[in-house]
Amino acid sequence: MTTPLDPRIDSPGREGLTGTARSSVYEAVTDRDQISLPPDGRSDSAQPAWRGDFPIDWPADHYVARRDFTRFLVLTSLAFSVGQWWIAVQQWWRDRRGRPPLKRIAALRDVVPGSVLVFAYPGENDPCFLVRTRDGALLAYGQKCTHLSCAVIPDPERGVIRCPCHEGLFELGSGRPIAGPPPRPLPRVLVEVRNGDIYATGVEERTV
Amino acid sequence: MKPDHLQFFIDPSRCIGCQSCVQACTECDTHRGDSMIHVEYVNRSLSTQTVPVVCMHCDQPTCAEVCPADAIKRTADGVVQTARKPRCIACGNCVMACPFGVPELKLERQIMMKCDMCYDRTSVGKKPMCATVCPSQALFYGTREQIEQLRPRSIPTNRFQFGKQTITTGVSVMVPRDGPRPEVLDVTAAMDTEPATRARSGASRIPGLEVLADPFAEIEV
Repeated sequence: MTTPLDPRIDSPGREGLTGTARSSVYEAVTDRDQISLPPDGRSDSAQPAWRGDFPIDWPADHYVARRDFTRFLVLTSLAFSVGQWWIAVQQWWRDRRGRPPLKRIAALRDVVPGSVLVFAYPGENDPCFLVRTRDGALLAYGQKCTHLSCAVIPDPERGVIRCPCHEGLFELGSGRPIAGPPPRPLPRVLVEVRNGDIYATGVEERTV
Repeated sequence: MKPDHLQFFIDPSRCIGCQSCVQACTECDTHRGDSMIHVEYVNRSLSTQTVPVVCMHCDQPTCAEVCPADAIKRTADGVVQTARKPRCIACGNCVMACPFGVPELKLERQIMMKCDMCYDRTSVGKKPMCATVCPSQALFYGTREQIEQLRPRSIPTNRFQFGKQTITTGVSVMVPRDGPRPEVLDVTAAMDTEPATRARSGASRIPGLEVLADPFAEIEV
């Protein structure tokens, strides 16, 4: 039987309960790594593996095992080096492929100055557009915005190409980005006029 | 770290609905303007009885179990902390899941905030703010021996039944010492049982007082 306690909360020796004592007057609480129980109440070894990755307890959440950290480092650097090799291989393939074949787009007299014509070049899934400006120049670019591949809309009157998705703007004369998020110029499609017909002769991918 | 021997006790029968705890909580600098405690009416149409609602700090926190962003954590002293700011995505899963209805979504700030038992105060040995201001001590923070001496007619319990889910909490609720004392408090079953009220039981317990008509009864026209 313990001695009866003074129920008044501000009695001597119990100042802490009135909010005036420092925490050092209490005995230290031992650190517990894991106190929360999983809902099914089974032991930790019987739990699915993801429970170890998403612990509810604060100490377990902050704990990083040396093995896990090493695994993260190794796998991440492996992924980076594989990615670099993949880029190199792709570049090699692109260099070997050569220029795409000629393709007739339209007759020159069908494309009046100030009009826009959409075509596909070099493949069926590479949408491009041809603009004939008021002064007769022929300009052709890939239609995929260099930001997130939305279809861009040329505006020959204002001399810009606009991307409606994120308000990206390209210069019509050069295809270079002048406003908004696009990072690179649009790929330029090289066009030629032979015997009154317009031909696409190649694609110039540009980084700046 | 919160001292182990100091615990939180809620005595709903002592709550007078004065909202002092809400005001005190609102003035705290860690979440100024928002109260992490709320005072609820048990059954507004039948009674003025209110009950303060603070986080119960469960042993198996359902809010943390359902959190897809891994934002709700429990410290080693058993306090379930409010959402970690960098992780919380304000999805509201915890708001739906908590059987006690504690977490609140702050949509304009895109974060969930809930009672963390005034961790800035209790971790240095002070009382939670609501427990210091409660005039009727419906909210009590102290040792178990103290509450047993102060409330000889009730006993703290911390096991609750919500449907098929049994919850053991860090915060205790005072229940009458005499009368039936089940292993767990079955909350969902208690919601279905009709309380023995003066108005509905058909006979007034106070002599000379007429039985009040049910104000929400349908009227035949």
